[in-house]
Order: sequence, then C-alpha cells, then structure tokens
Amino acid sequence: MPADFPTALVLNAVVAGLLLGGFYAAVSVGVSISFGMLDVVNIAHPAFVILGSYIAYLVNDRTGFDPIAASIVLSPLFFALGMLIYRIYYLCFEKRGQESLRGLAFFFGILFITEVALVLVFGVDYRMARSAYSDTTWRLGPVDFPMRLVVPFLVSIAMVIGVQLFLTHTFFGRAVLAVAQDALALRLMGVNTFRVKEFAFALSIATAGVAGAFLIVIQPVQPSIGREYIGLVFAVCVLGGMGSIWGTLAGAFVLGLAESFTSTFFGPSWAPAVSFGLLLATLAFKPAGLFGR
Amino acid sequence: MEAAQEVTEPLLRVAGVTKRFGGFTALDQVDLVVAPGERLGLIGPNGSGKSTLVNCIAGTLRSESGRIQFRGRDIGREPAFKRVHLGVARTFQIPRPFASMSVIDNLRIALLYGGKAKVTLDAGRATDEAMHILGQVGLAAKADTMSGGLTQVDMRKLELARAIAAKPALLISDEAMAGLSASEVDDILALLFGMKERGVAVIMIEHVMRAVMKFSERIAVLVAGRKIADGDPHAIVANPDVVSAYLGQ
Amino acid sequence: MSNRAFAAVAFASALALIAASQLVTNDYYFSAAYTVLQFVILATAWNILGGYAGYVNFGSAAFFAVGAYSSVFLYKAAHPPLIVMIVTGTLAAGLLGLAVGYLTLRMRGVFFAIATLALSVVLYTFVVNWDYVGGARGAYILQPRDLPFGLKRYIQVLYAAMVLMAAFALVVARTIETSAIGRGLAAIRDDELAAECAGVPTLRLKILAATVSGALMGMAGTTFPYYLSYVEPSAAFNLSYAVNSIAMPLIGGMMSWLGPLLGALLLGTVQQVVQVTVSSEWNLMIVGVLLVVFVTLAPNGIMGWVEAWKRRRK
Repeated sequence: MPADFPTALVLNAVVAGLLLGGFYAAVSVGVSISFGMLDVVNIAHPAFVILGSYIAYLVNDRTGFDPIAASIVLSPLFFALGMLIYRIYYLCFEKRGQESLRGLAFFFGILFITEVALVLVFGVDYRMARSAYSDTTWRLGPVDFPMRLVVPFLVSIAMVIGVQLFLTHTFFGRAVLAVAQDALALRLMGVNTFRVKEFAFALSIATAGVAGAFLIVIQPVQPSIGREYIGLVFAVCVLGGMGSIWGTLAGAFVLGLAESFTSTFFGPSWAPAVSFGLLLATLAFKPAGLFGR
Repeated sequence: MEAAQEVTEPLLRVAGVTKRFGGFTALDQVDLVVAPGERLGLIGPNGSGKSTLVNCIAGTLRSESGRIQFRGRDIGREPAFKRVHLGVARTFQIPRPFASMSVIDNLRIALLYGGKAKVTLDAGRATDEAMHILGQVGLAAKADTMSGGLTQVDMRKLELARAIAAKPALLISDEAMAGLSASEVDDILALLFGMKERGVAVIMIEHVMRAVMKFSERIAVLVAGRKIADGDPHAIVANPDVVSAYLGQ
Repeated sequence: MSNRAFAAVAFASALALIAASQLVTNDYYFSAAYTVLQFVILATAWNILGGYAGYVNFGSAAFFAVGAYSSVFLYKAAHPPLIVMIVTGTLAAGLLGLAVGYLTLRMRGVFFAIATLALSVVLYTFVVNWDYVGGARGAYILQPRDLPFGLKRYIQVLYAAMVLMAAFALVVARTIETSAIGRGLAAIRDDELAAECAGVPTLRLKILAATVSGALMGMAGTTFPYYLSYVEPSAAFNLSYAVNSIAMPLIGGMMSWLGPLLGALLLGTVQQVVQVTVSSEWNLMIVGVLLVVFVTLAPNGIMGWVEAWKRRRK
C-alpha cells in the first residue's frame, strides 16, 4: 500500500457506512412489510419516521428520558395509528381495487399534511435529541466509533432481527408471510386476511416511529427531511428484493456504504443523489434486486 | 408417382416452451400446433398451465425456453401489442373491460390499435364497423352503456367483440363460458363458431365439456404443465390418462 | 367543437384577457393572476400523464425548476429574448420527461411515482451545488427595460406570456385528449394489460405523455426567474408545486382538460386569499387536507359530480 493511501479515511468511511446502513435498515424494514409484502405503496412512511423523531425529541426535551427508550415505550401509539391509516386505506381504496393512482395520492397527501403540521407546531428549525452517550466516541486505532451512531445501530439491528424472527416464528408473523404470497388462498381457508394485513401495516408504522428516535439521535431533524428519505427507503427495499427482511438489511448496508464513500470523497451534499441513482440503476438493470429471485 | 403431400404451414407453432415461476414449473416442454382456421380445444385441470400458455403465446409472459412461431415468424421476443398487430388476439378469463368507457368505445380502442398499421379510421367508419361487430355478438342495443355495469355474459361477449375487432388470424378464448347458464353458453358457442366464416383459428379453453366436444376439431390436454394428449376429440375423451387426470382431482 | 376551433377560441380569449388587463391599475392583480396561471399550466400538464394515463408524477417541482433554471442559465450565458428562454426550457423539461419515462415507465406505475419523488430531491442537490446558476445563494435576473407592444410594466409582459402559454397548454391537452392517442391513454388508465392485449403500444404512448407533460410543466417555470427578479432553489422546488399539480386536477376532475383548469382557478384563487389573510403554512395544510378528502370521498372531482348529476337527470 502506498504511503499516502488514505487508510484512516477509508476505514472511517467503511465504519460510518456500516453504522448508517444498520440504521437505514431500521427505517426501511417497515416499507419492506407494507410495500414488499402487502403491496401497499406507503410513500408516507418517512413522515411517520419524522413524526417519531419529533415525539422522541419532545419527551427527551421535557423529561430528559432517553429518546430511544421513550420511542420503544410509545410504539403502541404508532401501532394504533398504523391500524387507523390502514383501515381508511382499505375502505377507500383496496376494497374498490383503486390502489394505484388514488392510493398513491392518498399517501402523498398524508406525507404532505404531516410535514406541514410539524412545521406549524415545531417550525423549520433543526432539532436534535440528546442522550447520555451523545458526546462519547470510542476510538479504535484510526477509526472513530461515535456512540450516537453505534447505539442506534445496535438497536436497529436488534429491531430488524426481531421483526424477522417474529415473521418466521410466530403464528401471526407467518400469517403475514402467507398473505404476502397468496392472499386469496388464505381467504379461501377462512383466515381473516384483513386483520392480518392491518396488523402487518400497523407493525410497519410502529417500526417507523421507533426508527424516528434513532434518526434524531444520529442527526438533527427538520420536517422536510422526510421527503429525502423516500428515495432511500424504496432504494433499500428494491435493492434487497422486495419483501425480504434479510434483503433489506443487505440493501441498507450497500446504500450506507455508497453514501458514506460519496460523502467522504465528494462531499456530503451529494449523498441524497446516491440513493436515487442506485434506485434508478437497480430498477433499470436488475429490478428483482441484488438478491431477488 | 409419389403422392404429393400438401403440407400447409401451421398458423401457430409452439415448440418446447417452458415457463418457471421461482421454483415452480408452470409449463414443461409444451409443443402445440394450430392450423389456419382450425378449432382447437385446450382442456386440463385447474392449475395445469392453460392460462400460462395463453399468456406466453399472447406475449404477456416471456417463456424461459422454447419457440413460439406465428405464420412462420418467431414472435417470442415481440411485445404483446405487436403480436396483436400480427394477428393474435386473446380474451381474459376474468373480463377486463375499459370501465370508464362505453361498450362501443371499448371496441374503438381495438379498431384503432388492433390493426397492423396505424389506421386512422374516420369517426363514421369506425362507428359503422363497431356497430356491425356489436350486432354480431348481440350487444348492439347496449352500445352506449358503460362497460363497467354489464352483466357477466355481456362482459364475456364484449371481451370477444374486442378481440374480433382486432381482426385476428388466431383467437384465444380463455374460459369465456365459465359460470354461465346453458343458453348463455350456447350464445358464446355460436359466436365462436362464427369465427370459422372469417377464417379465424380458435383455441378454446374451457371446462364446459359439452361445448368443447361440440366445438373442437382437435383437443389438446394439459396436466401439471405438460401436454399429455393431442388429437381427435372422441379419442381424447376415451383416453385413460386423460380420464384419470380429471378423476384424480 | 373541432380542435382547430377550440384553439381559435382559446387564443382569442387569451388576447381578450391581455387586452382587458390593460385597464387594471393594481399590480396585485397581475401578481395573483401570474401565480394562478402558473397553476393552470402545471395542473393541465400534470393531468396529461396523471389523469389521462393514470401515472402519478410527484416531481412536478423538478420539471418546473428545470424550466426556471434553464432560463437562468441562458440569461447568464447569452441573455436571449424571452421567447428563446421559453422554448429552450420547455424542450429541456421535455427531455427530462423522456429520460425518466424511458427508464421507469416500463415498470409498474408505482416505481415511476417513486422515481419522480426522488427526482426532485436529486435535482435540487444538483442545482444547489451548481454555482453558475447561483447555487444555494440564488440568482438575480434583471427585468429588461424595453417593453414590447407598449406595455408599461414588466409584470404585464409576464402576465401576457403566461396567459398565452396557458391557452397553449389547454389546446395541447384537449388535442391529445380527443385524439387516438388520448383514447389509447384512457385504455392504459383503465386497464393497461387489456390495452396492451388490444394492440395499444402502451410503453410508447406512456413515454409520449410523460415527455409532453414534462415539457409543459417546464414551460410553466421558464418565466419564473423574471417574476421576482430573483430565484433560489427552495423557491423553484417549492413543495406547493408538487402538491397543487396533483390536488388541482383531482379536485377539478382528471378525465378532461376542463378539470385541471377548474381546479386551478378555484384552488388557486382560494390559496391567494388564504395566503394573504392567514399564512402560507396553513394554506399548504388546507390544500393537503382537500387532497386527502377528495381522493378518498370524491375521486372524480367536481367534473365527476357534474357527470353523475347529468346522468341521473337522464
């Protein structure tokens, strides 16, 4: 290796990319369920993430409670919200077979209303949550491990693995996987597919709310950030092959690394372009995803 | 002197077509030949791959391997709309009308786009042709009705009318008689028989055996993605493999 | 009414509006009208792909901004007359529509929609990093001193341009709608698979619609830098353009050229009032709520109500 090879730079970019990737997986696992398995194009998913960020911020700001712990405690609220949204969606769109155009416009409206509401309540200033570990950074040789990235990373991975285990090892989880494969067959067997789908969608929103807390620990948040994450979230899901949690994890790491390297060597303002570029490239050349069947 | 054997080029030749969905093989090395103007019945238990075969011929699915030739030309790589222009028309098992349009406007789409070249039919001629076809299928009185509100049998007739409007050489009718009453079945049967006068070959996919027997000059049988029999209708019906395939269900 | 007659009526009305506006002394009218006309063009353009073909474009702001920033680029590079800027911006945006359409319209409509959403973010990044057109700081465009046709203030020139462009957009939309292409697009919207199997070249028609739609949305943006003599990325990429392009056709009715016009005039006027009396955030909130309410309860919009009422009267 030549003497001026930027080892430290590369190593840090790799670490940052992996840590971010874990977080991106947490943000995207919900879409993997709602879009990959239920075929509901919830482009408002990032709006619920940002909502989760602000709620975690509020609790943290007022009580000093750890934001991530708070979001986990409050996740049933997001679960209930998800159930409500799915019911409206189902009543107005899925039943009538009008999912495509109208469903998209519906979720876009939700995304939009959420952003504007947050602006009205919180304003456009950046907010960030502070944890006990926010200022701590471990150093291992030339590599930095900022705790504000590491802790969300660990909890993200735990959440994603938790979702996967839930889907494959519990009765309701397996019902969700079955619905993704063949809803008609299930209905013929007498399973209430509406309940199953409602549960799955609610789960996806709950993960969004929790992921929001991760976000606001990692970086400052303002209401319009949600729109930047749409490309990212769908890029991760498409890269990973839809409906596969492990695929989502892999796709998230790929994206995290790509963004990290772009940020390090070309500047951070180009990062949003990376996810879109990857998404377009994948859709154009390998639409089944890197790991798709 | 040698007996000169006249071999007419088949209209459709399906050779060794295989289609897989993930780990599931829907079609396994299927061969099929249809002569011009022939009436072929295609039968088989549910899930045997009949609709998949239709989709491969019509172009809405790409097969993994095998060849599909129409009028001697390889159409396996052509998009579905091109195959319509070449002369392949199909109906859908569950009717797919253009719900925001009236019955006659549904036909106008096929008249405008179903032909080989971009034909700009002036409004008058298009209406005349559309009404003529609607008259033949018995929907003339409902020309201005919204297609979304038709009865089942009328929707099946509209499917067929739309396919006819594309002036095909081969018409694939996918279970057009499913769930219809006896007299409605006869209506549809009469329509399909009418294709003979136009010189249109028909592949009829049905479970209504009496219609299949009445209609077909030849019957092919698909079971679990494989063609297990192909020939004279009465021989097919007596074929023990065919009988057990159906009874075994 | 034939398309030629419609075009004649449209342009005659446009000229009449321009002539009548000479009597108006309050500049506020021109400002408000400029904004409403922007929306008329955007909504009409959006509807060519969204309403006629059923493919939702969430990135109207991106196309609008391409029109705006191509004007800025030309201004800095060559300072050509306004008409050159308009034509160039329209072509540039059309090219973008062609490119995005070609890449993503071969997949499900969902992926096209997501691509357009992400498109806005990416183009915004490009523009913010492009110093020649001002980057994040924005660019200053000075309004010309010599005004054509004896008009007194430049905002009147802009108004006239917008009225003519609105008429043009309406003529284009109606021509497509009543042509064989329009019927093909409607078939695609109703059932794309059935359309393909009826011989409709679905991909070709979709790409055509995306190109024309994108071009006209860009056209709406070409005069924008002159409006305030200043343009910066967050104004050109304003979320209001994205949501209004969808809400206006939805509320007016997506099946014909009249719906977007109606929706733009109604909703545009309401927004001008709310913006002045309440705030721009509440304005956006109202539009968002109206969008959700209409899409769930009245998806065929006002024209849909009219059609249903007419049918019931028969």
